[in-house]
Amino acid sequence: MFNKKECVAMLLAGGQGSRLYALTEKIAKPAVPFGGKYRIIDFALSNCVNSGIDTVGVLTQYQPLVLNDYIGNGQPWDLDRVHGGVSTLPPYQTSSGAQWYAGTANAIYQNLSFIERYNPEYVIILSGDHIYKMDYSKMINFHKEKNADCTIAVIDVPQEEASRFGIMSVDSDNLIIDFEEKPKQPKSTLASMGVYIFNFRILKDYLIENENDKEASKDFGKNIIPSMLENNEKLFAYNFEGYWKDVGTIDSLWEANMDLLNPNVPIDIYDPAWKIFSRNPVAPPHFVGENAYVQNSMVTEGTYIDGTVDFSMIFEGVTIEKGAVVRDSILMPGVRVRSGAVIEYAIIGENSDIGENSVIGERPENCADRDEWGVAVVGYDIKLSPASKVLPKEIISKNI
Amino acid sequence: MPYINNILGLIFSNMHDKTIEDLTKVRTMGSVMFGGRYRLIDFALSNMVNSGISEVGVITKSNFQSLIDHLGSGREWDLARKKGGLHILPPYGNTASGIYKGRLDALCGIFSFIKYSTAEYVVMSDCDIVTNMNFRPVIEAHIAKGADITVVTNKAVYTEAQTGAGTVLSVDDDSRVYDTLINPNLSGLCNISLNMYVVKRTFLLELLQQAKAKNHYSFEQDIIQAKAKELKIYAYNYDNYFSRIDSLYSYFNANMNLLNNSNRAKLFLSDSPIYTKVRDNAPCKYGIDSSVKNSLVADGCIIEGNVENSIVFRGVKIAKGAVVKNSIIMQDTVIGEKAEIRFTITDKNVTIRENKTLTGELSYPILVNKGANV
Repeated sequence: MFNKKECVAMLLAGGQGSRLYALTEKIAKPAVPFGGKYRIIDFALSNCVNSGIDTVGVLTQYQPLVLNDYIGNGQPWDLDRVHGGVSTLPPYQTSSGAQWYAGTANAIYQNLSFIERYNPEYVIILSGDHIYKMDYSKMINFHKEKNADCTIAVIDVPQEEASRFGIMSVDSDNLIIDFEEKPKQPKSTLASMGVYIFNFRILKDYLIENENDKEASKDFGKNIIPSMLENNEKLFAYNFEGYWKDVGTIDSLWEANMDLLNPNVPIDIYDPAWKIFSRNPVAPPHFVGENAYVQNSMVTEGTYIDGTVDFSMIFEGVTIEKGAVVRDSILMPGVRVRSGAVIEYAIIGENSDIGENSVIGERPENCADRDEWGVAVVGYDIKLSPASKVLPKEIISKNI
Repeated sequence: MPYINNILGLIFSNMHDKTIEDLTKVRTMGSVMFGGRYRLIDFALSNMVNSGISEVGVITKSNFQSLIDHLGSGREWDLARKKGGLHILPPYGNTASGIYKGRLDALCGIFSFIKYSTAEYVVMSDCDIVTNMNFRPVIEAHIAKGADITVVTNKAVYTEAQTGAGTVLSVDDDSRVYDTLINPNLSGLCNISLNMYVVKRTFLLELLQQAKAKNHYSFEQDIIQAKAKELKIYAYNYDNYFSRIDSLYSYFNANMNLLNNSNRAKLFLSDSPIYTKVRDNAPCKYGIDSSVKNSLVADGCIIEGNVENSIVFRGVKIAKGAVVKNSIIMQDTVIGEKAEIRFTITDKNVTIRENKTLTGELSYPILVNKGANV
């Protein structure tokens, strides 16, 4: 038995992220590059460490190679610990057979023995695909003060978007009285952020019960939370104020990157007291050449820019040649944009090579009309021959 | 040539402190900042690691707090090891040692460290050379020549000032060293020592025993110069890209040379990267009216002003309307609105207030001391 831990984090990172198409063809969604030098999972991992949670199980399933390699021994997040630290938890074989993770609740159920090693009071369940900065220790204190059995972090969302989320109704004390997963007629605008704190003993009972129910879909939102409510367990909503974004789609991934460039969006990744940790590239500072214009953008190390860059997110090791133009776009690590190419409203995947005079995406005439425009996507390791054209909303996953 | 896997690296972090005194007041030569995110020791250390040397001792003398801070456990250089790894060797390591007077003296001070190493060869380097160098060919040449000591040198035209701060070797056609001039103030074509040496560990121990007995302390004078006839000392000519830092002027130029694409390509190679301490800064952010040309910019900076022909280190803030030209801006410097600086080096944590102007000259860059508020 290890030393007892107050709280163990379980980070769900096994999802395929099918709505990111070519960007998650070879890698799991939490491993998708984000924000110039991060991968999506860095935000949840950094939140854990900055909140004093030093034991994190990362549940992996879909295309785990890049993610496993990235997490490694957890050292970049200070999660290489003698007791605890980060552990990647893929599905495994047992004497009674082998089973893939069949839902969020089932994934935690299959790893009950991992959690039990630390004998924690609380378990915090997290998703590896959200961009936010949150002090979980404040939420744990709220959970303790309320003497809750489960606390769900909620964020106020606009009425028209509420039907995309799990929606909570609460009383004046924030006690949850009703929970609906993706309701057609939302009764409130308090949306679940997919961050749950449970008293471990109670969670364990519900997971076992859920597992024995052959009909259940083995999901927190669909099964565990509703049955706890049914049994009158004390579930509280914890209001989170701040920036939070689910980056499950091409558009939301593009928007969340652009949000980092917007001074009016309340997420500060420059705060020395709450750093977002990541596996840093070993590369010299970026070089900006004689012919370059760089404005309103984020640029990281190992990059060479001699073209025009505006409102863009430029990752490490990118080359933007003289005469190339990149606007309102995301260029992932190792991308090469050759002379004369114009990239607008696009996401270019790792190590892709954009040939001379290619035209990728297009700046919309009316940005407000969301049906009219979209982001062009070029996948990973794609080579586009000179003068290629990629239309808005088009997704390229083969060389052209 | 057999592969030799047991080599001990020794780095002298305080040698040449005097050559850029203003920057080494608060730190060792090895911890002087360079190239936007590095410290000088990163080059010697990375070169050793990239040459397959996994046991490195760093010899310190004074002002080494920043160096220890920078090196930590050695993890960033992959030197946090059970077998070998990084060892910081401060003075007073044993009762007989103290503040050393010379290289030989310093080595005598760590006699037992060298003695208990199991390495076959010792590679020594200072922190005054910025280069991307593989030590393997030097060791191979050392073995092929049957040398007692191999000195890495560069044959080129040097000025009086340069040789005045260096060691010049006379070599025969076979590269054997027959004469040594220390700080000779010569100008013209000569072999200048890059202060890197290869020697067999057991032979080094013999030399150290003798030095102790005779109270010798200078490696250059008492061994390379005095024993040229007796020992087989060979020069290894190194002519890849390198910068030698022997004055504030050469320090400034060595930085500025990185603005040249081909120089950067020779120093930063993807198969032998230069490692340094990670700071987990966010990417550099460019503001709405920023204009940056021909500059090297590190992570964590927020740039809203104009930057040209400059090296900008991590965490620097350059406000709107500020002008930075031909300058080296070190870590966490803040440059206020409409301030203008030219040919200036700002040390760590400097603040240049709004509307201030500082102008140096190419031949005499201004240096603003660590933490200063202008």
